[in-house]
Amino acid sequence: MIHARGLTRRFKVGRGVVDAVRGLDIDVERGQLVAFLGPNGAGKSTSLRMLTSLLPPTSGTATVAGRDVVSDPAGVRARIGYVGQKNSAGENFRVRDELVTQARCYGLRRAEARRRADEVLALLDLEALATRKPGTLSGGQRRRLDIALGLIHRPGLLFLDEPSTGLDPQSRANIWEHILRLRAEHGTTLFLTTHYLEEADTMAERVVIIDHGRIIADGTAEQLKGELAGDRVTVTVHDEPEAARAAEVAARIAGSDAVTVERRTVRLRVPHAGRTLPEYLRSLDASGVKVATAETARPTLDDVFLALTGRSLRESDESHGTATHGA
Amino acid sequence: MEQPRIDRPRVDRPRPARHQAAGAAPLPPNGVPHSPTGKKGHPVSVRLFLRDTSTVFSREFVPVLREPLGLLFTMGQPLLFLFLFGPLLAGTQSFEGQGSPWQWFVPGILIMMCLSGPMMAGYSLLVELIGGSMERMLVTPLNRTAMLVGRTMKEFVILLAQAALIIVLAVPLGFRPHLPGVLTGLAILVVFGIGLGSLSFVLAIASSPSGNLFYGVTQLVLFPLMLLSGVLLPMDFGPAWLQAAAALNPVTHIVEAERALFSGRFADLSVLYGMLWACVVAAVGLAMGTRAMRRGI
Repeated sequence: MIHARGLTRRFKVGRGVVDAVRGLDIDVERGQLVAFLGPNGAGKSTSLRMLTSLLPPTSGTATVAGRDVVSDPAGVRARIGYVGQKNSAGENFRVRDELVTQARCYGLRRAEARRRADEVLALLDLEALATRKPGTLSGGQRRRLDIALGLIHRPGLLFLDEPSTGLDPQSRANIWEHILRLRAEHGTTLFLTTHYLEEADTMAERVVIIDHGRIIADGTAEQLKGELAGDRVTVTVHDEPEAARAAEVAARIAGSDAVTVERRTVRLRVPHAGRTLPEYLRSLDASGVKVATAETARPTLDDVFLALTGRSLRESDESHGTATHGA
Repeated sequence: MEQPRIDRPRVDRPRPARHQAAGAAPLPPNGVPHSPTGKKGHPVSVRLFLRDTSTVFSREFVPVLREPLGLLFTMGQPLLFLFLFGPLLAGTQSFEGQGSPWQWFVPGILIMMCLSGPMMAGYSLLVELIGGSMERMLVTPLNRTAMLVGRTMKEFVILLAQAALIIVLAVPLGFRPHLPGVLTGLAILVVFGIGLGSLSFVLAIASSPSGNLFYGVTQLVLFPLMLLSGVLLPMDFGPAWLQAAAALNPVTHIVEAERALFSGRFADLSVLYGMLWACVVAAVGLAMGTRAMRRGI
């Protein structure tokens, strides 16, 4: 559905230039659910805007839904749906009117456009709101309307830019319910950006991590966590000399990594904690170290990002927030 | 459910219904290039352009129909000018050889509306650019020029309604419209306004996301353009430098053309100049507007 090679985008900002995207290569097959993850300013939205023909790339090529984004943007537009970061419905317009307009924008006849508008209203539980104006809707309702607008022409490929940002947990869950149902019932290929780690982790079958305009990791959440982060093992002992000895033992374990000691606590990373922990505890016992507590934790995607960049995704989110507008 | 019909000739075959649930057939892709870069003047692209223009126009116009009261409010200002400012001019009696002062003033009010209406179109576009609704339409195959023209057309339907009302109300006051002249004059106004509307869209696009540029420029440009066109008072009494500046102002020529036409003086040279200026503004506006839309927002 998506094949991009060497996609770049440079913005002029004042006298300088910002390379928002620096050489994006990506292939997305039909029916996949891909989450594009990265801090604000990493180039997520810019990439999305290039793939949806909203923004011409500075260099590189991309074929989306079988059409070239540069030479045939109209062909791309007719085949994809796009739900942007902001609210898609105009403030002066009624919900159903906007849906009919959107269908007409895709070339449907009036009667068909009305029928289709009613279908998506039902699909996203918006029927009761048909004659309301967007200003009177709740955040979750507005987001459902945005998705309804993106689905009006039944695209085989739907792009969603931060579909759940700014919503309360209940509305987020509800939006996800709709997104996942869409995929289950219609096999729609979904490409979405998010900076919610948990979302990318639990919902997407493929996570693409982008930072400073480049893809730095690509795989299932499990693969990324297994290969790039590993499980965390935390052991506490009774005094500091014992902790030092426990760290020595830890360093000898096959595949162990990032061993740190902090007072009576030893932390390390291993590929499979379930397999490693019993072995580690036995070795500690043999060395005469008495263990007080032992814990393991599965890594998060934040650990993956940390392992790749040395920064936490949450921290870089804050420091990057205002760096590049909407990129 | 049967295949949805699309009133656009299909060039390529519909995709097979893979991955779609039995109940939902995929819409056939749009095989026709939607942009006017396709084949200019080709009947198919002309029809698509008209359809897209009507889509945009209906979107903009439906809220007006749903809330007609809002329309009355926007008609308030020109009516105030007609009733509170017009009589002042009528009292001055300094319009040598031009008949009733109303003959001179009514075209001026119409031009004033013509300047502010399309600027409002730019403002509404700016609001939609700052929100996400413009982006949502830009990602559809909708023709870019049609987006501009459809929006301006809506402003002009409103403007024509206002113009008709003003003309009708001015008749009891002493205005004597020359019907073919008025119709021709309104046609020039429409052409001029489409150009102005597009220019105001260009400005709105250039001003987003903050919008400050838009407010600044409309204030700085609109008012001098109006004052320098002799809409409210004849330029004949001004100093030479002011008259020279007015001669460079396209609005001046359009006002003069309107005045000649509304009095039935078709042969007046100012009619020709006014028409030319209206066409120039429309051509420049549409060219810049389409370019701005294509370059991405």
